[in-house]
Parts: sequence; C-alpha cells; structure tokens
Amino acid sequence: MHLSKNQHKFKILMIVTSILIVIAFLLSINAGYLKIPMNEVFATLIGQGTPNNELTIFDFRLPRIIMALLVGMGIAVSGAILQGVSQNPLADPGILGINSGAGFAVVLYMFFFQGTAFFTGMLSIFIMPLTALAGAFIAALLIYLLSWKNRTVTPVRLLLVGIGINAAFGAGLIIFQMKMDSIDFMKAIIWISGTIWGTNWTYVWALLPWLLILIPFAVYKARFLDVLRLGDPIAIGVGVRIERERVILLLVAVALAGASVSVGGGITFLGLIAPHIARRLIGARHAKIIPLTAAIGALLLLSADTLGRVVMAPMELPVGLVVSILGAPYFIYLLVKTV
Amino acid sequence: MSHNENNHTELVESRIHSNRLFGSLIILGGSILLLFSVIASIHFGAADLSYHAVWSALFDFNSDNSSHVIIRELRLPRAIAAVIVGAALAASGAIMQGMTRNPLADPSIMGVTSGSSFLIAIAFAFLPAISYSGLISFSFIGAGLGAALVFGISSLSKGGVTPVKLALAGSAIASLLSALSTAIGIKYNVSKDISYWYAGGVSGVQMQQLMYVLPFVAGGLILALLISRSISILSLGEEIAKGLGQNTRLIKLLGTIAVLFLTGAAVSIAGMIGFVGLVIPHITRFIVGVDYRWIIPCSAILGGILLIVADIVGRMVNAPFETPVGAVTALIGVPFFLYLARKEGRGL
Repeated sequence: MHLSKNQHKFKILMIVTSILIVIAFLLSINAGYLKIPMNEVFATLIGQGTPNNELTIFDFRLPRIIMALLVGMGIAVSGAILQGVSQNPLADPGILGINSGAGFAVVLYMFFFQGTAFFTGMLSIFIMPLTALAGAFIAALLIYLLSWKNRTVTPVRLLLVGIGINAAFGAGLIIFQMKMDSIDFMKAIIWISGTIWGTNWTYVWALLPWLLILIPFAVYKARFLDVLRLGDPIAIGVGVRIERERVILLLVAVALAGASVSVGGGITFLGLIAPHIARRLIGARHAKIIPLTAAIGALLLLSADTLGRVVMAPMELPVGLVVSILGAPYFIYLLVKTV
Repeated sequence: MSHNENNHTELVESRIHSNRLFGSLIILGGSILLLFSVIASIHFGAADLSYHAVWSALFDFNSDNSSHVIIRELRLPRAIAAVIVGAALAASGAIMQGMTRNPLADPSIMGVTSGSSFLIAIAFAFLPAISYSGLISFSFIGAGLGAALVFGISSLSKGGVTPVKLALAGSAIASLLSALSTAIGIKYNVSKDISYWYAGGVSGVQMQQLMYVLPFVAGGLILALLISRSISILSLGEEIAKGLGQNTRLIKLLGTIAVLFLTGAAVSIAGMIGFVGLVIPHITRFIVGVDYRWIIPCSAILGGILLIVADIVGRMVNAPFETPVGAVTALIGVPFFLYLARKEGRGL
C-alpha cells in the first residue's frame, strides 16, 4: 500500500518536472538578446521559420539548451552517487577534486598558452574541454590512489584525501590566477564560476553518449547505494562485494562529472542540492532518487542558464552563479520545511 | 540516580580518549616554536634586520632608528597578525567540526567568510572611496550577517538545529552569498579587487587594526575553551549529549558565536585563507585524540605556527613578489595532511 503510494508520487513528480522542463525549454528558445516571439518559435521548430530564426534557434539556442540539460543531469546524478558512496550529505562532485582539478588545468592552460593554438580546425574547439577533462581525471585518480590502503578505500579516508588534494589544486589555482592580467583573470573567474560555453552540436554529440550510457547504468546500480547506506558490515553481510561496487560507482560519478565539468565549468553546487531536493521529495530509495535527481538537475541548469543570459544582457552571468542564487533559497526552504 | 549519572559520565569520559602527553608537548613546544617564528618573521624581509635590532626595537625603542621603525610599524604587526589569524581560523575550524560532526566542515560553511565577502563586494562596487578601517567594519558586519542567517535558518526548521542541517544550511547560504558577490564583481568589474583583498594575507596590517580585532579573537578563544568539554560530548552525538542533560541548543549557539568572533576577525584582517581552518583541526585530532579540551588549544597553536611560517615562505620564495599566504599554507600542509589521513583514516 505504502509502496504503491510512493510509486504514484514518483510518477507525478517525474511528470511535473518534465512539464516544467518543456516550459523552460520553450522560454529559453524565446528569450535572449534576440527575442523570438512564441509563434515564430513553433513555426521554426516544425520547419517553417525564417532563415534568420532558423540560424539563431538551430545553431545557437538549441545546442546550448540541450547542453544545459545534459550537463545538469550529469552533475546532479554524479552528486547523488557520491553522496551515496561517501555517505556524507555535504559531498558533491567537488570532493573528488573534479572542480579544482579541472579549474587548475584550465587556468594553467590559459596562463601558458593563451592565444596560441596548437591544433587547427576541428580539434581546436576541443582543447579546453579536453584540458578540463584531463585535469578532472588526474585529480580524481590521485585522490583514489592516495585513499587506497589495505586493499580498500573507506569513505572517510576518501573524503579526507579529497580535502587535501582539493586544497593543493586550489592553492595552485590562486597562485597562477594572481599572476594573470585582468582580462585573462576575468575569463578564468567566469570559467570557474561555471559557464556553458560549448554551444555547438559537436559538443552535444561528444557529451551525449556518456550520459546515455552512464545514467541508466547508475539507475541499474542504485540498489547498491541503498545497501551501502546501511554500513559496510551489513552490506558485506548481505553479500555485496562492496569494494568492487564502490569503485564502479565512483568511476561512474567521476566520468559523469568530469564530462559535464569539461563543458560546463565549476557548477558542482548543483551536484550538492539536486540530490537533496530529490531525496526530500521522494524518500531514500536510490532507484527513484537518481532519475528524479537527473530531471531536477536538468531543469535547474536550464532555468539558470536562461536567466543568466537574460538578466544582464548582453553580458552573461555565469550559470553556476545563477544556480546558486536560484537553487539555494529553494533548498533552504526545503531544509526548513522537512524534518 | 546520581550514582547512575556518574557512571554515564565516566563512560563518556572513556570514549573521549585523548593523548595528553602529545597535547602537552604541542602546547609547550608549540609555544616556544611560535616565539621563534615570530622573531624569524621580524628578522627576514626585504632588508634582513639583525636579531640585536629586533631585540632593542622591542624593549629599547628609538624612533630615530629606521630599522626600529620598520620593526614596530611593519614587521611586528605582520607577525602578530599571522599568529592570531592562524590561531583563530584553526580554533574555529575545530569548533565547527566538533559541532557538526562532519569532517568536511570548516569555518566557511558557517556563512562567515561568504557573508564578509558579500559586504566587501558591495563596498567595492558602490562605495569605492571607502577607507581601510571602513572595509574592516563592513567585513565584520557581513560575517555576523552570514552567521545569523545560517543559524537562524537551521533553528527555524522543523526538528531544530541538527548538525547535518547546520552544515547544509551553511553551505547553501555560503554558496548563495558568494555567488551574489561574484556576480556583483563581474557586473561592476571589481572581481580582481575583491580577489586581491581576499588573497591579501597579512602584509600591510597595522597595529591599530590589530587592536580592533584582538578583543574578538581573545573573547572567541576563551569562549571556545569554556565550551570545549561540551563540544567533546556533542561530538559523540546529539542523543548522547541530550541524554547527559546537555542543553545542546545553547552549546551550538555559543559555538556559533565563538566561530563568528574568531573567523570574523581573521577574515577582516587577512581575507580568505582556506585550508587552515579545515585541515589543522584534523591534524591536531590525529595527534592528540578526540578530546576538544585539547584539540582547541592545540589547533590554535598549530594554526598560528602554520600561518606565520607560510607567511615567511610566501614573501621569501618569489621575492620581491608575495605569494598568497593561503596558497602557501595549503602547499606546506597538504603533504603532511595526506600522510596523516592515510596513516590513521579516522574521521572524528
């Protein structure tokens, strides 16, 4: 009885979130420096728009919107997995060094190679995301290797080592940042604050496969997150090979967050709040938390990105900042309301 | 009844094991080391001053002697600032971790640093002519605002101030306020000024500014020591603390006030220096055990040492440029911290 009620609530929540995403999607196409009226939006979407509108929508707005949805899902699900694995409510993809590693790599790249591109053509647009991705993976790998002891990685040690490595990369970041000139410094700040700058279809196709494979896989593995929550001894008792499952889940989280951060910059706050919001709405079962988290993450990031484009137009407010400004009050409201 | 209570207290005491030998060693040896570091900090610089000059500047001051003036006006305030900032940050970090029972907690999640940076951003954007002491007051008011928001929100909520809620409300407020200040920085093109202020460290601190904040640091430290025993009990868990008749709400309020005084003072004279507040308490806990009566004073001393050494290194390593002290503290502390984290792997 209780279960089916919960199932019902889950369906309603998913439907409501999806409807909100569609609304945000339409608003996002409509809004911006060039405001396109709603009827023209529909006309263009069904293939009957003016060439100008087609260019704006299909080449600029649509890829960016899809990007925001994908990145939002990726970061949010990564956060849900990490909070489950580390059993710490404060965990977000940042604790695996993904933010600081990617940020450090990007700042280093801006500092040394600003203006000089080694590759031309197709490859050159991938330099920044690949730099960020490499930084994220190196940091995560370092943290994992340093937490490895006696053939296990305990959650507490993972968190502690994460703190240390993050601090080291953060320090490197400050040192190089302070040596930059004002323009580069601003660029770095905007990148670190989180901006979806990969606004073309190539990035979308590069990101899509990761999410299409990893998110369903995370849902499939969700039951292990439920078991891990009971503590290691019980998890072992019911026959879970915890170390193996933990590594797999961590890898999934790193891959999701790394891919998202590489095109979205530092937006890990989303990874902290989206899972909490989902948990407070639906309860503790990860098989439900993960899909709902993905939907909430996508919705939040798309709304934030749209707002960020509009409020200070023609300047853009980094989406990471808007996520905080939008998400924090709602998150606080949920905190106050629920026990 | 009272016999029963005594038993309980003993049980708890036995769980809060501590290593008193190491604790006393840190306090004794640390104080001596701190004294030497202060002298070294005064000695090294753009012009190395002789130890004799240091001595006579302190005890036989002559205002015509230029090295005496340098020592009194520049070097001594800087050294003292480094010590009190380090001590304040480390002690408040220890309180935070004890109160929230979370190894990821540091003073910044109490809303203090982000509140301060929010008001500083406003000051830079809208009051460009503001004086240095004006900035310090703004910073302090912001710190208070941040802490009040965090504590207010978590106590408003159903079920009261639980550690998890305090930590979550803190990180939400912190990220909200710092997002707002970054946005202000970008919009009004003052982000580099803000970053410089926060990476500023302790150079250029004047005696007068120290006098403003010293009472807060002293008050915060004394308060922290007074409630240290209660924090140890709280760190065992809310239920246990309540079961022992502790007024957990009061302790958390007092703890928040101590954190506010300590971090507010540190932030307003030295900007944002991460790492000290997060990692020094962990290092101390690895060494002296989980008794906060030892952790808080030992953290303060180790924090002071780390920051003054980092400040010396920061101005020597790439002279005449100063390397941000927050970065140096991290680079010095991280290897040691990683070693301890691997060795012990214990949380709280």
